[in-house]
Amino acid sequence: MAEQNGIIQLKDIDVTFHNEGKTIEAVKDVSINVNKGDVFGVIGYSGAGKSTLVRVINLLQKPTSGTVVVNDQNLTQLSAKDLRKARRNIGMIFQHFNLMNSLTVYGNVDFPLRDSGLSKAERKQKIDKLLDIVGLSDRAKNYPSQLSGGQKQRVAIARALANDPEILISDEATSALDPKTTTEILNLLGRLNEELGITIVIITHEMDAIKQVCNRVAVMENGELIEEGSLLSIFGNPKQQLTKDFVNTSTHIGSVLDEIRSSGIVDKLSGRLIELNYIGDSTNEPIVVELYKRFQVEANILFSNIERLQSTTVGIMLFALTGDDDKVEQAIQYLNSLKVNVKEISLKKEGE
Amino acid sequence: MADLVNKFLPNVVANWEGDNGFVVAIWQTLYMTFVSALFAGIIGIILGILLVVTADDGITPHKTFYTCLDKLVNLFRSIPFIILLAVIGPFTKLIVGQTIGPTGALVPLVIGTAPFFARQVQLALVEVDHGVIEAAEAIGLSPIKIIFRVYLREGLPELIRSGTLTIISLIGLTAMAGAVGGGGLGNMAISVGYQRFENDVTIVSMLFILVLVFVIQGLGDFAVRKLEH
Repeated sequence: MAEQNGIIQLKDIDVTFHNEGKTIEAVKDVSINVNKGDVFGVIGYSGAGKSTLVRVINLLQKPTSGTVVVNDQNLTQLSAKDLRKARRNIGMIFQHFNLMNSLTVYGNVDFPLRDSGLSKAERKQKIDKLLDIVGLSDRAKNYPSQLSGGQKQRVAIARALANDPEILISDEATSALDPKTTTEILNLLGRLNEELGITIVIITHEMDAIKQVCNRVAVMENGELIEEGSLLSIFGNPKQQLTKDFVNTSTHIGSVLDEIRSSGIVDKLSGRLIELNYIGDSTNEPIVVELYKRFQVEANILFSNIERLQSTTVGIMLFALTGDDDKVEQAIQYLNSLKVNVKEISLKKEGE
Repeated sequence: MADLVNKFLPNVVANWEGDNGFVVAIWQTLYMTFVSALFAGIIGIILGILLVVTADDGITPHKTFYTCLDKLVNLFRSIPFIILLAVIGPFTKLIVGQTIGPTGALVPLVIGTAPFFARQVQLALVEVDHGVIEAAEAIGLSPIKIIFRVYLREGLPELIRSGTLTIISLIGLTAMAGAVGGGGLGNMAISVGYQRFENDVTIVSMLFILVLVFVIQGLGDFAVRKLEH
């Protein structure tokens, strides 16, 4: 949280709920700084406080303590009227779309424009343009009940963009959608970020959604921000257990490890299990060949997952190394000397 | 046809015209129903909205105000209508200058109906998706605009449904008010039909009231169908 000139600066945010004598700390002392042009992802399981946290950005949720600065404006100090004005600069989309059922698609996008001071003709021009951006020009006269989930979310996006906001908040916006539609919506958000320069804050419980569009990630657990960094650092080098869990689920390495352990394949090979992580192009070195040439150690690749995140390669591999004990030791040392993260994995199940 | 009517409904024919006749009674019932529906409707909508927005999860929560209004609505709903008619007599006289006749019935009808309708409005508006309200807040709408553009707009089909229900129960009340001096079809059925043993008058009065109920129910259903998407 080094930079201090972000478009969104949340400082020391606490949100505490009192409910029938019980006190629930939904958000505990969280500070985040989102820079202009970021696609900032907040990931965590349900109940982690991420939804409460992003709703603090436009003060739909008033923080118990802490300051909220958006566009150099301290929102907590604004009058109700000025706050409403500031909110027009922050678009928001929701998990359940929250469209007006009594209005057509056109009417829904027009909804925030009624107080904009634009003439009817100007509004029409703008609505047509917005519907074109989200690809729903031919649906203007339909009612929300006639649309699919993905289409509804597109209408919600068009509505959120109506007042030309600089910030768009996405509150679990893809959680109610199928995987293909999720990808389409995320691509749309990515495009809006690139073409309009709009700053986006996404909250989700799916690492795949984060992977697809975010450049920065924050991980939340029990109301606390436990890890934050660039997508590459979070994905390539997760530090907290929860972050690792999210990454493992996303790469499927978790389930593969379980299988390897229960199949006993590494024991059969009488080898040691090594996990390699790398970011960038260290992949180009012929590791497997080198290991054999230098140490006569056989490397069986049991699992490999390579992804392109923001045009950078991020890879993860599982090897079983077999050979003389001291040679294997040397081989591991050699791997350590490369620009990769090496980790020996215990063959025992967690907790054993 | 005329013979048939004369034969089976002799008293209806005898009581058709004149100051205490059916024509006047029908007009009196319509007058009592729709004038009190108008006032009870306005008061009920205002109270219902206040109940929704000042509730704990409303857009402008206000615990004390909500509790007082909530109790007050319950209180007035608990008073049996026939007793209400008698109890507020002096108040009625103060407002409309008389306690009998259709106009004298208006005040108790409004006071008897408004709290009931307020509760119906509250239930209708509470059904409006909270997420849509939140979206409107996020867009930067003021509470008053949220009431008019979201609550009343999204809740309109449900409001019409409760309005229909309320008018129908109001027709029932006009019959009761009629029986104790309000005039209208209720008076016709009881003081002419029942007390003078002119059963055809009672039955025809009832039929007119049923027609009125069916017409209102039909209009309500039609409007709801038109509005719902």
